Amino acid sequence: MKTLRDVAIGETAKIIKLHGEGAVKRRIMDMGITKGVEVYVRKVAPLGDPLELTVRGYELSLRKDDAEMIEVA
Amino acid sequence: MADQKITIALAGNPNSGKTTLFNGLTGSNQFVGNWPGVTVEKKEGRLKGHKDVLIEDLPGIYSLSPYTTEEVVSRNFLVDENPDAILNIVDGTNLERNLYLTTQLLELGIPVVVAVNMVDLIQKNGDVIDTKKLSRELGVDVIEISALKGTSIMEAAEAALKAAETKKAAKPVKFAKDVEASLKEIEGLLVNVPDHLKRWFSVKLFERDDKLPENVASLAPKAEEIITKIETAHDDDSESIITNERYEWIASALKGTYGKKGSGELSVSDKIDKIVTNRWLALPIFAAVMWLVYYISVTTIGTFVTDWTNDGLFGDGYYLFGNGREEFTEDMNAYYAENVWTDEVKDNVAKAADAGITGADEILASIEDQDYEAFDEAYGFYGAELDDKEGGVYSISETVDTARGEDAEMPANEDYGTWVPGIPVLVEGLLDAINCNDFLKSLILDGIIAGVGAVLGFVPQMFVLFAFLAFLEACGYMARIAFVMDRIFRKFGLSGKSFIPVLIGTGCGVPGVMASRTIENERDRRMTIMTTTFIPCGAKLPIIALITSALFKGASWVAPSAYFLGMAAIIISGIILKKTKMFAGDPAPFVMELPAYHWPTVGNILRSMWERGWSFIKKAGSIILISSIVIWAGSTFGWTDGAFGWNPDLELEESVLGAIGNGVKWIFAPLGFDNIKATIATVMGLVAKEEVVGVFGVLDFEGLTALAGYSFLAFNLLCAPCFAAIGAIKREMNNAKWTWFAIAWQCGLAYVFAFIIYQLGSLFTGSGNIFGGILAIALVACIVWLLVRPYDEAKKLTAVKA
Repeated sequence: MKTLRDVAIGETAKIIKLHGEGAVKRRIMDMGITKGVEVYVRKVAPLGDPLELTVRGYELSLRKDDAEMIEVA
Repeated sequence: MADQKITIALAGNPNSGKTTLFNGLTGSNQFVGNWPGVTVEKKEGRLKGHKDVLIEDLPGIYSLSPYTTEEVVSRNFLVDENPDAILNIVDGTNLERNLYLTTQLLELGIPVVVAVNMVDLIQKNGDVIDTKKLSRELGVDVIEISALKGTSIMEAAEAALKAAETKKAAKPVKFAKDVEASLKEIEGLLVNVPDHLKRWFSVKLFERDDKLPENVASLAPKAEEIITKIETAHDDDSESIITNERYEWIASALKGTYGKKGSGELSVSDKIDKIVTNRWLALPIFAAVMWLVYYISVTTIGTFVTDWTNDGLFGDGYYLFGNGREEFTEDMNAYYAENVWTDEVKDNVAKAADAGITGADEILASIEDQDYEAFDEAYGFYGAELDDKEGGVYSISETVDTARGEDAEMPANEDYGTWVPGIPVLVEGLLDAINCNDFLKSLILDGIIAGVGAVLGFVPQMFVLFAFLAFLEACGYMARIAFVMDRIFRKFGLSGKSFIPVLIGTGCGVPGVMASRTIENERDRRMTIMTTTFIPCGAKLPIIALITSALFKGASWVAPSAYFLGMAAIIISGIILKKTKMFAGDPAPFVMELPAYHWPTVGNILRSMWERGWSFIKKAGSIILISSIVIWAGSTFGWTDGAFGWNPDLELEESVLGAIGNGVKWIFAPLGFDNIKATIATVMGLVAKEEVVGVFGVLDFEGLTALAGYSFLAFNLLCAPCFAAIGAIKREMNNAKWTWFAIAWQCGLAYVFAFIIYQLGSLFTGSGNIFGGILAIALVACIVWLLVRPYDEAKKLTAVKA
């Protein structure tokens, strides 16, 4: 299974499903990362984590550990 | 506020321009405080031109989930206080995500008006929003505004007022049929809630929200069956189903409403970001920005203004615009050269320096530099040392004291330039003029004014810093700091933004603690507040300097070791605390918006600076003032020749404070310094850390071993900070339990550290006590265990096996 963590910088991926439950998942979804939406992986922070994504027209940062919970196509 | 009739809640995402709109609507009619018991700021104000309309500025939120303090505070307000209308500001350049909150606000059974902000930017980008269509879709009034330019903001407020008067509640958006059916079923269970809240509670029950009132939460088992059924059908949990539905609805509503030109060009903000968070440039840029903030707010302006406040305004006095200072200094140096620095004095000091007497070289250097201020300082510190050694052959005090005595004809400040006496001097003159009795005079001067001075001394520095923080936050760089530093700080249970409080804390803990306000997550914020003062602040430097010169012959490793100790305390506290129940409870998702860069307005920055500074003065002021009076009383009441009474010239040992010190000094025996002076010094350190040096002069160290001295240093660096900083902690925690916990943690950790240092050190030097040594080793083992013990981050997402 491919997760958002595996998406190379500069590429776009479509969200299939968010795994897990609870606060972190809810927060990620509240910020607009939901089923079917396209996410562009813009860059990674200078120290290697977190990621900077473009989703629904704005910039969002997300830790790699959390990106691993997000299944993409 | 008894006469206000209408309350309008202002809600919106962070970075949506909410603060600007709030400022525009209320002007200077604002009241800033905290939501009860939490660290979240609460702001309300009266609408301009409408005395009877109160605008409640809710925290910036993305959702009404039960997971962050800001969101819980907001929804409790909306549900419990039932405001007359909600004015929902949305960022027009980011409609999709902003409307997500709107879909939730529409469910509360309260009239809603949506203000689409940044229309000027949208037009500039060539994008179009069909507000008429959006208004039809949402079923509420939609007004285009520009909060920054003040365009149409009053119209938005008027629309909200009108909505409040007509009492026409907003209608919730419709989800997919099967979801609606389930919600309807759950709604049927809700017989005991008011009609207007039925939709809200049915959605919350459906989401299995855990922060519901008892009468609703008790229905959860009944709803479970309905929820499980649809969850199976959707192959998703109920919370996610609702979130998906909301975004689905928004996507369809925005079709044909929002026309984006969608040019592929990089915006200015993108270009800035390319440089600022660049792989190689990000850290150097970060370091440069931090250096600049620190240099200006702490080193230059901060120190200059703080010194002026402490030594000038609340000291002897100052020269207006420096007029006269130079001439005075010149004449003073000349006077000293003639009367103080006689051949005999120079000779004695030189001999003392040759004999290696502590501090003699510093006195000598000041004489060589012909600098009377440096001389006064060095003499004040080490003069007694010269008197004391070898029967006083090096003593210079007779000459110096005569030359500086009351009968001496020294140059006087007031004869030069524009000398403005300090407040204590003025008040003393006033009190003398009205024949005030000594007791009252001492209370006012040494108790109250000294206390007020201690508060105000920090204020200028804080204002400068707050202006910087407001700028960094408003322009969008603060979020990038968190982005860049997150990887390091999250290991210690802190936020990437915790770097700033700690850095500022090296100058002064008070603004350091206050700077924690920029951290978005309450858990990280509390952790930062608790640990910031571990790092040695400016006032702790004299203690370090004193111990270094008195016990370690000026060894160069002592000062850096103090900083390492502070950092170790922060890291160890962070790791241990984040595994405790108190902190592990709230997970800290780092899912953060990186807002577009923009140039903030001067008005907003100044306002933010003023609000934070003023709230410190108000909230921390009282605790500092009271503590200052208590310490004053403790040090002036005591026993003179066996009789208890008030005496301003009391030796500290004979005061109440001394008696208490004597009574509790045994506590410090295991740390190696069970001596009354050290105990009093530690207590006085609460007033201001530099007081430790005042009480515990260089002579008092002679009885201590170097190890005990270092243990004393460690304890005083790490234990509870001065009252001003405690006041700041109280202000930021906004909760007595957390404030006491922070102080207890700091004192406890300081004790354990000093104990380990002293006992293990004694063991190595062969003078230790076996029992103490074993206990120290056990403590080290205990700390190590606390550091490495496994723990579960609460509610963490379960990892997907790839």
